[in-house]
Amino acid sequence: MRLMINLALGVLFGLGLVLSGMVNPAKVLNFLDVAGTWDPSLAFVMIGAIAVTAAGYAIVIRRGQPLLEPVFQIPNKSDIDAKLVVGSGLFGVGWGLGGLCPGPALTSILLGATGTLVFVPAMLAGVVAGTLVVRALQKSQEA
Amino acid sequence: MMTEFTPLSSLAGGALIGLSSVLLMLFSGRIAGIAGIIRRAIMPDPNGRALEALAFIAGLVGAPLVYSGVTGAGVPQTVGENFPLLVVAGLLVGFGSILGSGCTSGHGVCGLSRMSARSIVATGTFMATAALTVYLVRHVLEG
Repeated sequence: MRLMINLALGVLFGLGLVLSGMVNPAKVLNFLDVAGTWDPSLAFVMIGAIAVTAAGYAIVIRRGQPLLEPVFQIPNKSDIDAKLVVGSGLFGVGWGLGGLCPGPALTSILLGATGTLVFVPAMLAGVVAGTLVVRALQKSQEA
Repeated sequence: MMTEFTPLSSLAGGALIGLSSVLLMLFSGRIAGIAGIIRRAIMPDPNGRALEALAFIAGLVGAPLVYSGVTGAGVPQTVGENFPLLVVAGLLVGFGSILGSGCTSGHGVCGLSRMSARSIVATGTFMATAALTVYLVRHVLEG
């Protein structure tokens, strides 16, 4: 049941990425290229996604409890630390170089472009490295 | 290369992304951040529900097949072919999104929908470095 729901929600998310054009790096890079061949489409993706999510979260979180789990796992940190800013900054550089972020990269795999098949393993290696660094930082803070 | 401005399909695709994010919160109580979902799948932790994360990823990967099966249309996509650059891009996207606790979906959609201060800073940061990267590549290095 849990797995089927996650599978279905992954499909729904991926359909959104395909329909919106997020899955096309050329569109993403043109969105970021304000000084050149600017394509503002992706601003509409953000507007559509945030409008639905903000309204839906307000209703869902008021329930007090998710359907399949005892508690909501919502990040409650509020400190703006170096990890947040440096990590986001590096992420943005990578996004600007390739036009792919994690969701569209995965949704692109079966489309089979060589560039995607080069990008995805590197991204997964980056996730492994990032996780190891974050865990090491947490350990050193606890020590 | 110009890309077509697609406000309606981008808005609709964004709404589907939002719907998936809301339903994931309703059922599992989790943020639909794809970088975090990848981390839970490949670097499991006790509370991470790795199999559910894998199922969501399977859905993302399979989504283009569903899209083409339903609409009969292909998925337009132009991916870069500078492969060493895409390796660097992938490493930065993976590492940076984990260090920064989120990517376009986790911070840009779910976090902004919650008005999270950390996500506002993260999204502003990665949008800025991504746009700056595209500017440097397209208008300084190649220009």
